[in-house]
Amino acid sequence: MINIVWAIAFVLIAPVVGGLVAGIDRKITAHMQGRVGPSILQPFYDVGKLFEKEQTVVNETQTFYAICYIIFMIFTGALFFAGGDLLLVIFALTLAQIFLVLGAFAANSPYSYVGAERELLQIMAYEPMVILTAVGMFVATKSFNVSDIAATTTPVVLLIPGIFLGFLYVLTIKLRKSPFDISTSHHAHQEIVKGVTTEFSGPSLGLIEITHWYETVFLLGFVYLFFGFNPLIGVAAIIIVYLFEILIDNTNARVRWQLVVKSSWLIAVVVCVVNLAALYYLSGGVP
Amino acid sequence: MQTTQLLIFLILFPLIAAFFLFLAKKDMERAWIVKLSALAIGIASIYLLISTYNRGALLMSAIPAEPTGIVMFILEMLIAVFILYLGIVYKKWLVVALILVQSAVMLYFELVYAHSIHLQSNLFVDEFSIIMALIIGIIGSLICVYSLGYMKFFHEHHPEMPDRRPWFFAILFLFLAAMFGLVFSNNLMWVYFFWEVTTLCSFLLIGYTKTEEATNNAFSALWMNLLGGVAFAGAIIYLAMFGNGIMGMTDLLASGKIIALIPAALIGFAGLTKAAQLPFSAWLVGAMVAPTPVSALLHSSTMVKAGVYIMVRLAPIFQSTFTGYMIAMIGVLTFLIASGIAISQSNAKRVLAYSTIANLGLIVACAGIGTYEAIWAAILLIVFHAISKSLLFLSVGTVEHRIKSREVDDMNGLIVRMPKIAAMMVIGIAGMFLAPFGMLISKWAAIRAFIDVPYGFLFVIILAFGSAMTVFFWAKWMGKIIAVTSDSKNIEGEVDHSEWTALVSLAGLSFITTLVFPLLSTKLLEPFLMLNYGHVAQLSQDNIIIMILMLLLLVILPLSILIPRRKHKHVAPYMGGRTTTHDMRFSGSLGVQKKTVLSNYYLHEYFGEKKLRTAGIWICSAIIGIMFVATALRGVFL
Repeated sequence: MINIVWAIAFVLIAPVVGGLVAGIDRKITAHMQGRVGPSILQPFYDVGKLFEKEQTVVNETQTFYAICYIIFMIFTGALFFAGGDLLLVIFALTLAQIFLVLGAFAANSPYSYVGAERELLQIMAYEPMVILTAVGMFVATKSFNVSDIAATTTPVVLLIPGIFLGFLYVLTIKLRKSPFDISTSHHAHQEIVKGVTTEFSGPSLGLIEITHWYETVFLLGFVYLFFGFNPLIGVAAIIIVYLFEILIDNTNARVRWQLVVKSSWLIAVVVCVVNLAALYYLSGGVP
Repeated sequence: MQTTQLLIFLILFPLIAAFFLFLAKKDMERAWIVKLSALAIGIASIYLLISTYNRGALLMSAIPAEPTGIVMFILEMLIAVFILYLGIVYKKWLVVALILVQSAVMLYFELVYAHSIHLQSNLFVDEFSIIMALIIGIIGSLICVYSLGYMKFFHEHHPEMPDRRPWFFAILFLFLAAMFGLVFSNNLMWVYFFWEVTTLCSFLLIGYTKTEEATNNAFSALWMNLLGGVAFAGAIIYLAMFGNGIMGMTDLLASGKIIALIPAALIGFAGLTKAAQLPFSAWLVGAMVAPTPVSALLHSSTMVKAGVYIMVRLAPIFQSTFTGYMIAMIGVLTFLIASGIAISQSNAKRVLAYSTIANLGLIVACAGIGTYEAIWAAILLIVFHAISKSLLFLSVGTVEHRIKSREVDDMNGLIVRMPKIAAMMVIGIAGMFLAPFGMLISKWAAIRAFIDVPYGFLFVIILAFGSAMTVFFWAKWMGKIIAVTSDSKNIEGEVDHSEWTALVSLAGLSFITTLVFPLLSTKLLEPFLMLNYGHVAQLSQDNIIIMILMLLLLVILPLSILIPRRKHKHVAPYMGGRTTTHDMRFSGSLGVQKKTVLSNYYLHEYFGEKKLRTAGIWICSAIIGIMFVATALRGVFL
């Protein structure tokens, strides 16, 4: 069931797609703000420039954590696109994310420290919903394997609409979009210095940027799973979802972390209990 | 026959070692006895695995039950008198009342029923007992070895404490003996006897330092466990009165739910107290006053594991009953609440304590669900938790002796100050919550097991939230350890070699078990599940390969530090543009020099211990009440 070709395709193509998505994102954002905006290739120029810079570090371990972060993020995405077990994918994602947090902690610097704690709060906020999304997909398709879920003819999104909405809510956190970009942000205007990435610069910051591209593609793949029964609708859904995230991003200011955690949890509890209970009763009590 | 002797050896040998340790007054003698006995026990438990390999469940009928039973009864009564005496001396009337009730029940049983009960096999061994024996024999013994160095240091630095090391080590080994007895006994009266011995041992060890706090906490552990003991005694008397004198564990499991459910609920309740589930979590947290090896022993290989052992044993009875679901609900709520409380704890040992309670909750939840998948997860949790938790306790103990603090915040930059121990600690923490280590595999298995049962989605939802909290408190602790403080010096010094042996062995075990866990699953767990449930649970081949791949990556990546490369340009951490000295002092307002202090988030407002615990105690007590009422009603109507 593991499909190596897809995994390799992900490793090679995802940064290109992710970078382009980031470029389009910036272009649309600019238009929303009444600016012309940079070329959609700008993210590639930015990262290229980062790699030309001299690597400065607070201490040597930081680069190690940045490398682990990207390796495990690629691992996560590759496992996902190869059709692996969705829960294992989520656990690998957590592992990757923890490496970023550790990198921020390792610098022993106040700003990156606050960023690290906030990143952990974010993980705590979104993780239940992400795990329960996998569970919801299992209930809908009787399988945890991405390959099965993607190939199913069941209209997953119609069976777990509540969970889909809950997932969209935490997707904002995962994509580091306002109002939930509490640990680090792409917007300079609402930043505590640069949060979790404060002490990363030059090539290691470039790595983190590329990791984010990988992650974006992986997350959009996750969205697709809700619509696996019809590839066309699936791709359309990805585009609409991302445009929606850009809109949210540009119409909201960062909120306090308390609100992020509380609201994500509340929504996760409500949608999951209601949705899973409804599925349970509809299927006649058979889990 | 040979296996019988091996079992008896494992039960009696630690007892003999305990006796000699009680007599040995010199450090040298003690060290040799502990090391050799630990080695003997470890080898014997591995030999047990080899010699019973692939033989399924074996019942031993060679031991004369009558005289052994009488000896046990006499010892039980002596223990009761001892506890009664202490209870009166310290004016702990609750303890006095409980021990009186318990002894009265057992005395009545002995006089009226005992002679009419005959059991073919008093001892047994199957794959689950073997796994438990390996945990007790290897991890338990390693903790005893570690204690040698720790206790020496402890008394050198606490001259005000009476040095009662002969007593201490004797009780450690007595504890091991009782645990072996517990997991090999088929006769429930024997199980009960060993159960009471573990209660006594933990009471004595918690109170070791004889300070007021220690004594109080020891008594609080005692009354909670005695309450469980009363329930256990109740189960025995119930079986004698209404259960046709069924007294063997195997017979009880075979007897069907109509007879077995009420005694199983009572024993399950005893398990809840021993496994420190809400509302009985306080004793395990209080037990932190004891020297650290005691905590390690209580949390990993003995005591609390006795509680979950008995519940996992009885799981087939709980399976798809209301009683079982209630027990599972208590377990999973304990997991949620204890994980939350752990976030608010700044004391490393208390974080560990709450994490233990949480993980035991997960095991209890699996036992209550009782399906083959759940039991597979439960046993894996028992194994992996024992390894990682003992490693963590022991490394905290070693660190504590050097920095004179148990606070997580004081461990900032440990990787610079004590690189070797810090590495051990990081392995321990990673083992508790990160893929691909064992605990996470087990949690994963638990999620799958829960989905497949009626109303399972409720359990899964609670589990998902608890799991997110565990990530938070472990990761922030790990972050503290790996923070590189540029100005610290290495103060690790010489780590006592007995401590070091234990630490390295346990760290090695956490990798090895993760690597060979498919083997553990196919060779030990699957036969056990097949025998008891007729089904096996396992991970698919693909997933195993992927996890091994992850593990290899995690092993290889740190090695990349060894690759020589050009030095990068070093800069000071960003301090908002202030002038900062190299040790991170900056001039504050009015020109006062301030030190940069970084502290973790504890979120007391949301995860405060008092609030959550009170809520947990009320909710879980109510569920226990409902469980008993429902079980009793069912007993009446069926």
